[in-house]
Amino acid sequence: MQNETLPEIGSTITIEKSTMNEILLRLKQNGFLTIGPRIENETLIYGAIENLEDLPRGYTTEQKPGYFRLFRDRHSRYFDIIPGAQSWKQFLFPSCVELFSLRRITNSWEFAPRAVETPKFAFIGVRACELAAIQIQDAIFMREDFTDPIYQARRAHTFIISVNCTHPADTCFCLSMECGPQVRQGFDLNISELDNVFALTIGSELGRKLMAGLSFDDASGYVLASVDQKIGNARRQMKRNLNTQDLPELILENLDHPYWNEIGKRCLSCTNCTQVCPTCFCWNVTDESSLDGKSTCRERVWDSCFNPDYSYQAGGNTRPTIYSRYRQWASHKLGTWKQQFGTLGCTGCGRCITWCPAEIDITEEINNLGNEVKR
Amino acid sequence: MSAKKPTVAVYKFSSCDGCQLSILNMEDELLELAEVVDIAYFLEATRAQKPGPYDLALVEGSITTPHEIEKIKQVRSQAKTVIALGTCATSGGIQALRNFASAEEYAKTVYPSPEYLQYLDSATPISEHIQVDLELWGCPVNKKQMAEVIVALLNNRKPNLPPYSVCLECKRRLTVCVLVDRDIPCLGPVTQAGCSAICPAMGRGCYGCFGPARESNIESLMAVLKEKERYPGEIMRLFRGISGYSPAFKDAAESLSGEKVTA
Repeated sequence: MQNETLPEIGSTITIEKSTMNEILLRLKQNGFLTIGPRIENETLIYGAIENLEDLPRGYTTEQKPGYFRLFRDRHSRYFDIIPGAQSWKQFLFPSCVELFSLRRITNSWEFAPRAVETPKFAFIGVRACELAAIQIQDAIFMREDFTDPIYQARRAHTFIISVNCTHPADTCFCLSMECGPQVRQGFDLNISELDNVFALTIGSELGRKLMAGLSFDDASGYVLASVDQKIGNARRQMKRNLNTQDLPELILENLDHPYWNEIGKRCLSCTNCTQVCPTCFCWNVTDESSLDGKSTCRERVWDSCFNPDYSYQAGGNTRPTIYSRYRQWASHKLGTWKQQFGTLGCTGCGRCITWCPAEIDITEEINNLGNEVKR
Repeated sequence: MSAKKPTVAVYKFSSCDGCQLSILNMEDELLELAEVVDIAYFLEATRAQKPGPYDLALVEGSITTPHEIEKIKQVRSQAKTVIALGTCATSGGIQALRNFASAEEYAKTVYPSPEYLQYLDSATPISEHIQVDLELWGCPVNKKQMAEVIVALLNNRKPNLPPYSVCLECKRRLTVCVLVDRDIPCLGPVTQAGCSAICPAMGRGCYGCFGPARESNIESLMAVLKEKERYPGEIMRLFRGISGYSPAFKDAAESLSGEKVTA
């Protein structure tokens, strides 16, 4: 039935699945670019979506170390897919962005700031691990003392429709990192998908207002119990585990352990893990000058601690071996990140495991290190 | 910059002309280029020639004939700076396949009267014959990198040529990894960036045109790719492709084939 009143923030309602199309339409009318998971070139990406039919309905993914496959499954749910290589990072912290350009005018330089055109994003289908990753990057790019204007301008207007995870992939370990599978906070609307309806939790004033005049019901006890049961199943299905009890001490007290070298023999130093990681934030600034020397453009691009030039400084490379670069990545993510930002830098999304061509699994490697140290 | 524009000569040795075409493909920047340098010798572009010596020689192609051995020495003696342009010039190119077979057999297969040919048994990079000041890899070279090298030379600074692998470029353009997503053998993790990862963006694996990346782990990638081999010898041939005569890829192919090559 059509509702005269709006749902309260924090309350959970049920809507017909088709009502989500009306919500997406209203977001677009409010100037949002609606982005969600979709299939392009036979694989899973994040891109613009118009309505529910653009989502990978009925699809699922199989993920293992170094292995990703998208396939049709026997279900008709819209949000049953575990994300692929892409993450929301690419929208808030773009892989390549112009900072400014300079033009030489006789004896001086004319400064041209980058053309500011910041889209308003609505992210559709953000998982708990991904929302946690966004919050980690918020803490990096929007510190009290330093704020990145590019990130902040994009983040300030981002509308988030999150989704509770019900079928984790083999590479998932958000439970160990205490980041999922249930979404806790930081969303505008949160979806729990049941077979026939969406249970929708209202997280913000804007999320609440979007419901004006739409048909919804208060979620029944049966619906809430079903949602709990599905999340409980997801918890039980998650087999992969990272023992965080001894972190970060295990890593920081064993930086010279020979086991790092064992990982280094397999690591390709290709940068893939860092690029698919939704919290990795390393970047480089490069200048591109015109042939006539009259203009130059400065860009910010994604970089990686696995790039041999990343740690090059006057006199040489401070991380001259592959194992030292892997150790840097792991010890930052699961060690020094905590001193720097107050949390670990991993949310257990599993992307670095799936997308490592050499099938290096950070949970296994850190657990192995723990066992080696105990021996 | 001095009032006199630096002179540039572009030479061709054994090659397909693709790297010279990449210079001509600079299109938008070509007029700018002609403003800042004096293109003194570039037969692919113009018959007009000015005599040497030149400030800069851009050399395309590998050395495959006795005549070319002499000619490359003349190029060196006529130029202050020599840049080896493209993978033929830096590691022999695709014609270096002869280094792993019999050049004579190849000649017999291709030409009706091979007795008129004068050729060497192997195709070798420019640096095996003369001192080279900079090697710019690529099959063909990337025009942005080409422009970067010229700008850097004009401004007396080090060119910004990334040492990392194709994977980083691939991820920056948000391409989904073809190796993980569809088991397509790809040399991206051990190949130097610079091409902007065009092949994976088109759903193909990397062919290694830009040569081995510095400090990459070829041994580990060999083991990874061996698991994904679709027909016997596929991975060995992948390493022994465009950059197959570069020492690192040559060693990889040898180790995969179990045959040592002494070309």
